[in-house]
Amino acid sequence: MKKGLLFGLLAAVVAFGAGAYFGRSTKQDVVISSSTSGASYGGGFKAAGDAAEALKTAAASGALKSVAGPAPTNVVVVKNGESIQAAVKAAPAGTIIRVMPGTYHETVYIDKDDIRIIGVIEEGRRAMLDGQKKLNDAILYSGNNFVAENLEIRNYKGNGIMGQAGNNFEIRNNVIADAGVYGIFPQLGQNGIVEHNVVSGIADAAIYIGMSDNIHVAHNDVFDSVAGIEIENSRHCIVEHNYVHNNSGGLLAFVTPGLPIKTTIDVILRNNFVVGNNHANFGAPGSTVAGIPAGTGVLVMAADDVVIEGNIISDNKVAGIIITDHANAANITVDPESEPNSDRVSILDNVMLRNGYDTIKEVKALMLTEGKRGGALDIVRVGPSPGSCIINRHQYVTAGLGDFAECAFTNTAATSTYLLPPVPPRVIKPDERGKVVFLGICSGCHIYNGRMIGPPVQVIQALYLDNPQGIADYIAKPVKKRPDYPEMPPQDYLDPQTRLAVAKYMLDVRN
Amino acid sequence: MRRLAVLLLAVACASGAHAGTQPEITLNQRCPPGFEQTAAGVCELRTLYQFYDSLENRGVGGTRTALPPHRDGFTPQQIDLGRYLFFDPLLSGDGTLSCASCHRPDLGLADGRARSIGIHGEDAGRAAPTLWNVAFLQRFFWDARADSLEAQAAGPLYSPREMGNDPARLVASLNRNATYRRLFREAFPREAAGPVTERQVQAALAAFQTSLISLNSRYDRYVHGYAAALSPREIEGLNVFRSFVARCSECHTPPLFTNEQIAVIGAPEPPGRPFDVGAEATFGSPKLKGGFKVPTLRNVTRTAPYMHSGAFTQLRDAVEFYNKGRGHAVPKDMHLYLHWHITDPHLTEAEIDRVVDFLGALTDEAFTPVTPARVPSGLTPIGRPHRTAALSAHK
Repeated sequence: MKKGLLFGLLAAVVAFGAGAYFGRSTKQDVVISSSTSGASYGGGFKAAGDAAEALKTAAASGALKSVAGPAPTNVVVVKNGESIQAAVKAAPAGTIIRVMPGTYHETVYIDKDDIRIIGVIEEGRRAMLDGQKKLNDAILYSGNNFVAENLEIRNYKGNGIMGQAGNNFEIRNNVIADAGVYGIFPQLGQNGIVEHNVVSGIADAAIYIGMSDNIHVAHNDVFDSVAGIEIENSRHCIVEHNYVHNNSGGLLAFVTPGLPIKTTIDVILRNNFVVGNNHANFGAPGSTVAGIPAGTGVLVMAADDVVIEGNIISDNKVAGIIITDHANAANITVDPESEPNSDRVSILDNVMLRNGYDTIKEVKALMLTEGKRGGALDIVRVGPSPGSCIINRHQYVTAGLGDFAECAFTNTAATSTYLLPPVPPRVIKPDERGKVVFLGICSGCHIYNGRMIGPPVQVIQALYLDNPQGIADYIAKPVKKRPDYPEMPPQDYLDPQTRLAVAKYMLDVRN
Repeated sequence: MRRLAVLLLAVACASGAHAGTQPEITLNQRCPPGFEQTAAGVCELRTLYQFYDSLENRGVGGTRTALPPHRDGFTPQQIDLGRYLFFDPLLSGDGTLSCASCHRPDLGLADGRARSIGIHGEDAGRAAPTLWNVAFLQRFFWDARADSLEAQAAGPLYSPREMGNDPARLVASLNRNATYRRLFREAFPREAAGPVTERQVQAALAAFQTSLISLNSRYDRYVHGYAAALSPREIEGLNVFRSFVARCSECHTPPLFTNEQIAVIGAPEPPGRPFDVGAEATFGSPKLKGGFKVPTLRNVTRTAPYMHSGAFTQLRDAVEFYNKGRGHAVPKDMHLYLHWHITDPHLTEAEIDRVVDFLGALTDEAFTPVTPARVPSGLTPIGRPHRTAALSAHK
């Protein structure tokens, strides 16, 4: 019930924000709607009673995919010739930055929460970030609730869009080409959506989910890259309905050793088109993906609980699916804390055609030991993968699957998403913040009842008694008051509320 | 400013050192700065980072990311006893070196040397790492061979190339000292009936070292919301630092600026030094040959020279190393499994300068511990001065 209320509010907010910015333009107004909120197609079938309620619940949990929370109402517009970063800098947390078609040569970094950078597409023309092969990354974000939509990103050296620990992100409807090492690379974040992006010409992974949890990667078109979509050292990810073609390797679920987060667990790869991933491998020497044999459809390395279902996997020349471990992978170091095997891989029904027609000699040798002649290979397993299973194995040409059991389940229909509801920002009570700031910063110079660098808190209490604002003002711009003490350095980097909170704490503290 | 105050205090006390009657050495009853004294009487760390989360609670991420799990919960007395032990040359085999000889408060809690020097003047083999923020670490030594501060302590204390003591002599010398017996009873009241033990020494040293917190640099102020804390050049440097061209932050990951992993980067040894296999020996794994624990970069401008054996005297040279090509300094005929983030980033000279600018914003020594004016042994706190200083003094 609460959820229903939230969506109602959300729709109202969006309606209010839409179209508001075009007032000063001479052009005819454009109405901007968001597909992630607002009303849904009701369909021709009207259910009654319990069935209607069930449909509503399903829609709320699965169909609506938004994790960044309600759209902000504050909207600013950046026009061709202006700077997106300048707008980000000036924007308070909770701002939509609409970027008009044009070319923008800049690196945009976002270190605050609730910023949405949303391109406006006019008759196919997008806001293009062009790194001219001089700039490193197009977008770097570390804030939470970040959204990037409708952009075009080209000619960067590092990444197209890189996230560092931002949670609740949405990266959608972007065109990213020749943007460096990774096209879209959220790292160390939780709860994110990467959908409807077109990514190509990337020297490592076009879409790379690194050390993240609860991620949904869907409806992307990913091609001409070394790796298509890579899920690495991440948990609870669904990769579905993507078109992954002409990469060296299509879909990857990896544990890379040597990273601080050590596992990949619970990844569903379903309903994707994994077609003709035979591009020559142009990965950088030493990179993990440089070891992928060109012609690999799906590659599972040391990841656990991977489910592969409903994909059309065709025309990948080395193999449709390769399951392996760290010991058998090229270019891989060791990590005593990383478990090297792919445990509990489940291969459900997939359509597999024309795979493995020109495979590598190591695999050919393995096939020979099983009396298979080669010329076609759908699924190969090298190295231990305890607890793994497959259904309808008779349909495929396989190698090394002798100990795979029959799976206990046949589909993933019960699991529609691993996304979480938007997490509300943590409310920090002022007294809690005041205490922590005092202890973390002020206590270096002030103790309760003795002399340190500055005067004792007791003395300050006697001076300011009922005047916390006086302290808050003083610490922003201190003046030398006591000849026997050094002058206090200004604490103006603390915002006024924090200064007041710490002042109140200082007046209240009793030891 | 604080250092000046400490210096004045030290001078004041030194001048009175021979006056005869000295006040008894007592332990601080209050927690050090940065810590809250709980109702149970123990010290718990408070920092603005506790208002943030981190993925899988690993304490690595971006700007507003929580710190990794840490050690705290010691009493003020245990922490202060640890401080006296830390600065007391009694802990070395011949009474010449204390922990602080190689972890000096005035040198970023390192020693300013390429490699530390032991009691007999030997080269200890590797550089003294800074102790700032060790409360958050899970692995100790460059080669990650210890998994706790307590286990780490045995290394320098008993190595003949460092402090040259042994457990029996260490404990005996403390038990012979009436002041230490009293202070240990106060810090470990439940074990007051027994003699001073090696375990208590390790616990007190760990208690003190976990109080060495540096989390209020200008970078931290930027993180907590004050955008003007960093200059435009430093922000430019931050963006190079975390870009996927330079990739610095992939291993020197905020908020600690280390991900605490082993990385084989192929750094050179200083001229004439043999190749150091590093973590290969710890883990018995040839793939980790030449691997070392990623060090924190907090207070890095204070801890030159750089790398495990001090190959670089300037911070800029250490940064530039990563721009000189993957494996350029690996000895010929040696194969190393270089880390995948060691690449050929082709940073411009200006970009290297900006990274160095940014690293300067990671400095915060506000909670530098106070060097005791006297230690219970009566020896000179810290111990033998820096060798270059000692040599010039003898001239």
